[in-house]
Amino acid sequence: MGKFFGSSVTKKFVMAVAGLFIILFLMVHLGINFFLLIDDPVPFNSAAHFMATNIIVKVFEVVLMAGFLIHMIWGVVLQIQNWVARPKRYKRTSSSQTSFFSKYMIYLGIIIAVFLFIHFMNFYFVKLGLVEGDHENFHLMANNLFHLPLYVVIYLVSFLFLAFHLHHAFQSAFQTLGLNHNKYTPVIKGIGLIYSIIVPLGFSIIPIVIYFFK
Amino acid sequence: MKLTLKIWRQKNADAKGKFITYDFDAASPDMSFLEMLDALNTKLIKERTDPVAFDHDCREGICGSCGIYINGHPHGPGKKAITTCHLSMREFKDGDTVYVEPWRAKAFPVVKDLIVDRTAFDKIQIAGGFISTNVGSAPDSHAIPVEKSKADEAFDSAICIGCGACVAACKNASAMLFVSAKISQFALLPQGRIEAKERVQTMVKKMDELGFGNCSNTGACEAECPKEISLVNIARMNREFYWAKIQ
Ligand code: HEM
Ligand code: SF4
Ligand code: FES
Repeated sequence: MGKFFGSSVTKKFVMAVAGLFIILFLMVHLGINFFLLIDDPVPFNSAAHFMATNIIVKVFEVVLMAGFLIHMIWGVVLQIQNWVARPKRYKRTSSSQTSFFSKYMIYLGIIIAVFLFIHFMNFYFVKLGLVEGDHENFHLMANNLFHLPLYVVIYLVSFLFLAFHLHHAFQSAFQTLGLNHNKYTPVIKGIGLIYSIIVPLGFSIIPIVIYFFK
Repeated sequence: MKLTLKIWRQKNADAKGKFITYDFDAASPDMSFLEMLDALNTKLIKERTDPVAFDHDCREGICGSCGIYINGHPHGPGKKAITTCHLSMREFKDGDTVYVEPWRAKAFPVVKDLIVDRTAFDKIQIAGGFISTNVGSAPDSHAIPVEKSKADEAFDSAICIGCGACVAACKNASAMLFVSAKISQFALLPQGRIEAKERVQTMVKKMDELGFGNCSNTGACEAECPKEISLVNIARMNREFYWAKIQ
């Protein structure tokens, strides 16, 4: 088993599975977030309450956090190996035709990790009781937060970088898993493009609406 | 035509190496890139200086020994799917500045100037890029039936000439395109299936050991490969690898 996880191919396998799991989770997260657009705090707060207490969700939460950690650790390890593999760079840098954002995944990832920390300070750590706050009224917390321009900007910029990460990530994960097919790969790329636009855009709508209209 | 050539010069594997600029006006658009280098070398020899060392053999795109990183592209800019020996000087304009560099990868150390040591590829091949069979007279053709489409696919992988442009192009100096082509050419055929499980594991292991980078699915290798080996091969290698590990 140790050998299985050690190879270049399996590290990417684990990253891809973890990444796809996070991709699924993001859709659930976004779905719940839309309750924030309703003035009545009850639907959002009960959804948040459900997410915080339901036993199955709790299991998923552990898996998700482990997924984030593994994805980040392998991401950094692979990147360091990749830099080491070319100790001397080219003078004229590559102008080969490539998947554009693939070259910046580590930087995009680090930005997302920093955002995650801020985001956890705002919400998740409050839920865990690590940071002070009213963990029965996340609706109010979100409304307060997104009246601060600084946070609106931080969230919006982070979602943009998330979109860039996802644009390469979605189709890349399928290729890593060995799913490359003349007919279906263009479809996967299409879905990935749509996903990487729609989901970050959906997340962005919420702070914007709260800031300007609530 | 007149060119400003900035060529990587390095005496030997241990020397530091640097770019030397050559103002060269004897190039012609009718030359191939290697012929242009030959002309430059003739001039350098006449001037009693050390000619530029570069690898070449067949000069018809089949041996895989030529390989120079020219203006940000392995095997040079312009036409796709060509080797350095097939690169025409027509791809350059009069007055161009041309950067001429060796493949850059930890696993491909520079031997001299533009020549790199690609023994690492041989080591990967030795680790599993073969089939075991009893020697003797050639087997009867069609003794083992192979579907035409599979034979074609295997052939598309088998045409990899081991030039290393995939490694040179990759931002991670990954050898996955090469290795996956060498695995695929066997994985697709019944003769190769027998040892498929061990092959994929030993070859990937060797590739990792030799210090090549990992695959980011960036696609630079596929874009620069002179034989248009496709990323489908890498996906196939990954699949083969997972199955081998699960079984
Ligand atoms: C919302 C969060 C995230 C999602 C949904 C996500 C998803 C993905 C997916 C699906 C891939 C493709 C894997 C593959 O190529 O097989 C990927 C690649 C990558 N991710 Fe993330 N990721 C997220 C956050 C992060 C973070 C926080 C980091 C921090 C280091 C990171 C670093 C990377 C790197 C470096 C790669 C490229 C790996 C390579 O070059 O092969 N990601 N991501
Ligand atoms: S896969 Fe293409 S670029 Fe790589 S060694 Fe083979 S022929 Fe050269
Ligand atoms: S010299 Fe043989 S491929 Fe170029």
